[in-house]
Amino acid sequence: MADPAAQHRAAATQPNSLRNGPDERGHFGGRYGGRFVAETLMPLLLELDKAYETAKADSAFHKELDFYLRDYVGRPSPLWFARRMTEELGGAKIYMKREELNHTGSHKLNNVMGQILLARRMGRTRIVAETGAGQHGVATATVCALFGLKCVIYMGATDVERQKPNVFRMRLLGAEVVPVTAGAGTLKDAMNEAMRDWVANIADTYFLVGTVAGPHPYPAMVRDFQSVIGEETKEQMQAQEGRLPDVIVAAIGGGSNAMGIFHPFLDDASVRLIGVEAAGCGLDSGKTAASIERGRPGVLHGNRTYLLQNADGQIDEAHSISAGLDYPGVGPEHSWLSDIGRAEYVGATDDEALKAFELCTRTEGIIPALESAHAIAYAAKIAPTLPKETLLVVNISGRGDKDIFTVAEHLGVKL
Amino acid sequence: MSRIAARFKALAAQGRGALIPYLEAFDPDLDTSLALLKAMPAAGADLIEVGMPFSDPSADGPVIQLAARRGLKAGATLAGVLKMIAAFREQDQETPIILMGYLNPVEAYGHARFCTDAAKAGVDGLILVDLPPEEADILEQPAQDAGLDIIRLVAPTTSDERLRYVLSHASGFVYYVSITGITGTRTASADDLQAVLPRLRAATDLPIAIGFGIRTPEQAATAAHIADGAVVASALLSTLADTLDAEGRATDQTLPHVLEQIKALAAAVRAKGKTGEKKAG
Repeated sequence: MADPAAQHRAAATQPNSLRNGPDERGHFGGRYGGRFVAETLMPLLLELDKAYETAKADSAFHKELDFYLRDYVGRPSPLWFARRMTEELGGAKIYMKREELNHTGSHKLNNVMGQILLARRMGRTRIVAETGAGQHGVATATVCALFGLKCVIYMGATDVERQKPNVFRMRLLGAEVVPVTAGAGTLKDAMNEAMRDWVANIADTYFLVGTVAGPHPYPAMVRDFQSVIGEETKEQMQAQEGRLPDVIVAAIGGGSNAMGIFHPFLDDASVRLIGVEAAGCGLDSGKTAASIERGRPGVLHGNRTYLLQNADGQIDEAHSISAGLDYPGVGPEHSWLSDIGRAEYVGATDDEALKAFELCTRTEGIIPALESAHAIAYAAKIAPTLPKETLLVVNISGRGDKDIFTVAEHLGVKL
Repeated sequence: MSRIAARFKALAAQGRGALIPYLEAFDPDLDTSLALLKAMPAAGADLIEVGMPFSDPSADGPVIQLAARRGLKAGATLAGVLKMIAAFREQDQETPIILMGYLNPVEAYGHARFCTDAAKAGVDGLILVDLPPEEADILEQPAQDAGLDIIRLVAPTTSDERLRYVLSHASGFVYYVSITGITGTRTASADDLQAVLPRLRAATDLPIAIGFGIRTPEQAATAAHIADGAVVASALLSTLADTLDAEGRATDQTLPHVLEQIKALAAAVRAKGKTGEKKAG
């Protein structure tokens, strides 16, 4: 694989590249992102920014990261031609980027691996993280076990209940899992609590954000670490089909798996990029997590981005069957890509995701995470409408073993 | 001269620092919080901070989180908070009012419209916890045009170099967050505060108030003595919460208990003065 530092520099030297953002204030398109945090945290963010920039320019850092990505995470992940699903849907040729095959079962470890190496360079010994579905929490607990670091995971109490296997996994890995009862007890509340922990424990603690949101430099840094997904997809599609894909579909909660697969293609105008938000019970049901489609710009958790909020600027509770998408915001770069029309943002409902979960399992023998099932649902919706030569990639961001209890409940099966 | 500047100047002439109590608007309902606000100056409040409830107060501890939830449940909106301040101003023209909260409700209201309406309602200053100077350009001009001070928070983590930068964006007074942490948790020692003040004084001529973790009359007196003012928030909100009935409604204990506590804090701050001797022990 090419040197990521060199790739980043190459992209950044093209003046009209869509890959140049954010600016030094952390703003995408001059409007989204930024650093909206209490003064106590500002010096830490500035320090983190500096440490990340230094690491990014250091080939030793990339060499170390590449080693762990290959021998511990298990990269590269395959690009799988989904023959039976393609035949059943009868349209575009469907490929699956198999991020669920990574160690810990999702794309989350790509980012966590990068940040944990950075935290070690910065001399931090205690790691805090927020988690929704538990995938980021498990990934974080895993690298903390790997490097012998103290790990505290904040997780909404509702999510602790609906993601029991992951909670148990994190505890086995030696992490302290703290259930958060504020609000609806989901990802937003876990994020608040993780920020409170960080501000109270700045001396030894590294806040390991799991998605492309939060104050600068997190959205850019997490995107960079996840971009390996898109870089590989580009090379693999070239090797298998001799050209670029036509359509890329990925699920969006905070949006890290989507940003990771989108970003290397931003300057390839022929590639349609589609982010699938969780529509919950329907985009207009009032029970949705579709921040871009049903929200408006505002400031939460350190960045300006599309948010589900009421007329008074109070943040609404999101709703999705998938704990990982159950968040009222979205990464700021997605907000910008939506505004400029470079990426399209659509929704898939709980029911559509459940159907796609079954479709993928039945036709490909791959049990996808409910998060990824949202992307599959939309891919399955558009594939029949597209010519057979269309190359469509859907990002399978995680595996669905953790979701079998939720799915069983919805199917009326008692386990 | 602004009400904030005038008040600090008058207190300096009296040789003492300010007691700055905090209340959360609409906690637990509009009438109670307005009655409390109106009664605070007579109980000894020199300036008053009024919290604007927000759904996700990520810099606040459990006590203020719960107060914000009660306020929202009681129907708090920014427009409602401004109406409450306007009602207070009908009877009190001198006591400075500082609104404290988070940026998003202000964005939803509209930055410029909010500054205009807040000034019209009788607000003197704004503290927006999640609006560092790096991002404050959206609010600074409208605030200045409306005659509102933007009060800056500085923290133990703020370096000397950054202190100069942050304070170049400050007006009114400076709010020193005395601990690294969320509101209402730890308390800084008098020695810590003594040690940091010269650093702050060297960077600004503005009055300095200390907040986060000040709970007792003794702590308030010490902070107001070392600096120019002491902010007490969580301790008062805890007292208020303790007086509520099982459904979270105000009782006949609510106002008297909170006001008694303010009186005790004020008495300690006034007794100690700014130039008085430190108590033994």
